[in-house]
Amino acid sequence: MKSEYDVLVVGGGPGGATAAKAAVEAGLSACIIEKRPAIGTPVRCAEGVGEELLAEFIDPDPRWIAAKIDGARIIAPDGGELNLSPEMAGNEVGYVLDRKIFDRELVWQAAVAGADVFVKARATDAIVEDGVVRGAVVEYMGGRKEVRAKVTVAADGVESKFARWCGMDTAVPMAELETCAQYLMTGIDIDPSLTVFYLGNEVAPEGYVWVFPKGERRANVGIGISGKKSGKGHRARDYLETFVRRHFPDGKVIELIVGGVSVCRPLACTVADGLIVIGDAARLSDPITGGGIYNAMYTGNLAGKVAADCIRGGDVSREALMVYDRTWRESPMGKAIERNYKIKEFFITLDDEKLNTLINSAKNIEMDKFSTLTLVRELIQHNPRMLLELQALKKSLG
Amino acid sequence: MFSMLNIHREVCGYCGACVSVCPEGALELIDAYLSVSDVCVNCGICARVCPLGALEVVHEE
Repeated sequence: MKSEYDVLVVGGGPGGATAAKAAVEAGLSACIIEKRPAIGTPVRCAEGVGEELLAEFIDPDPRWIAAKIDGARIIAPDGGELNLSPEMAGNEVGYVLDRKIFDRELVWQAAVAGADVFVKARATDAIVEDGVVRGAVVEYMGGRKEVRAKVTVAADGVESKFARWCGMDTAVPMAELETCAQYLMTGIDIDPSLTVFYLGNEVAPEGYVWVFPKGERRANVGIGISGKKSGKGHRARDYLETFVRRHFPDGKVIELIVGGVSVCRPLACTVADGLIVIGDAARLSDPITGGGIYNAMYTGNLAGKVAADCIRGGDVSREALMVYDRTWRESPMGKAIERNYKIKEFFITLDDEKLNTLINSAKNIEMDKFSTLTLVRELIQHNPRMLLELQALKKSLG
Repeated sequence: MFSMLNIHREVCGYCGACVSVCPEGALELIDAYLSVSDVCVNCGICARVCPLGALEVVHEE
């Protein structure tokens, strides 16, 4: 490990790997430090990602595609089903990945492009001089050393500490942290081309249960619930057990996966002098689906490019790096997060009766091309008794 | 009265959900080891959100 790089990336997930690759491809020196001893494990993810979105960054490869998904089904609390075609289902269908292979491939590609990579190398503090972030103190092989960088990229995920050490408030409000548990199950009767989402305050309060196929008769079966609905005796794991006993009593669990997903708004500002924050660390997971792979890769790529421009221009101040912050906020990804945040805020107010009404009425809506506004407008027509709240939602979406 | 945050390490899945909600920045996930620093104020938010129930604020007289 050198003591100085152009770009130091803290965290070797999809965001960090993409950032490092973009940086070296722009002619910079870059280094990824990953605190865990292996890339891609333990998995903290339901592994769903949009096919078209992913294609922006990597060619599909059967080694890390566990299943190809053709559609989604939403199950209302009363059991009513709403089937969505891929176009309507949005960005979270396409592939269910094998993150252990996928993440490794991304870091591999960054390394081949020229980035340094160190595992079981952990940032223990930020180097901050006169308010400017200048790298990290790194614990590696029993010692601590300073690794300095012109730009540091915080890609340290939901459990991010780096931005906090640099003075940013990154704490996720308890109500906006989805606490999740998932089983990788085998021997279950599922449609291997369909993702299924179960809604309802009894099944998953302020969250949902997902069944994401990973091939024939196997799937990620998981749940996320709001942190404020979680507590002793009614935690994510408890709800998951209840669901699995009812729906897949004969299935076998070959992996337990736990984690947290933020569904808050992104950080108010995602740059500081010498620092760019990306992906889950910037609270950029989707507030409705919780999906964050593409968002991390998109912001990682952007961070690498902006870092290169700013380093070349000799100015890595917050003002100069703000190009990154403005660009992602104005991107389709940034706009989708803002829109989906508002929709999520609406959905968590619904009791099961209203959820049933909305989901069952949506069945009758014909849409050639999915548009949130069209959907809301149609829902208003179909549900005159929910006129006021739906109109408020429509207004908030502009 | 004395309060402190207990980590049941045999239950912890070291996922870091607790780290993200800690208002004080007291928790840190070091690979498979959750550490708590002395800035913890025993607010119990982490104990609420833990998906496995590995955290508990205990009170002693």
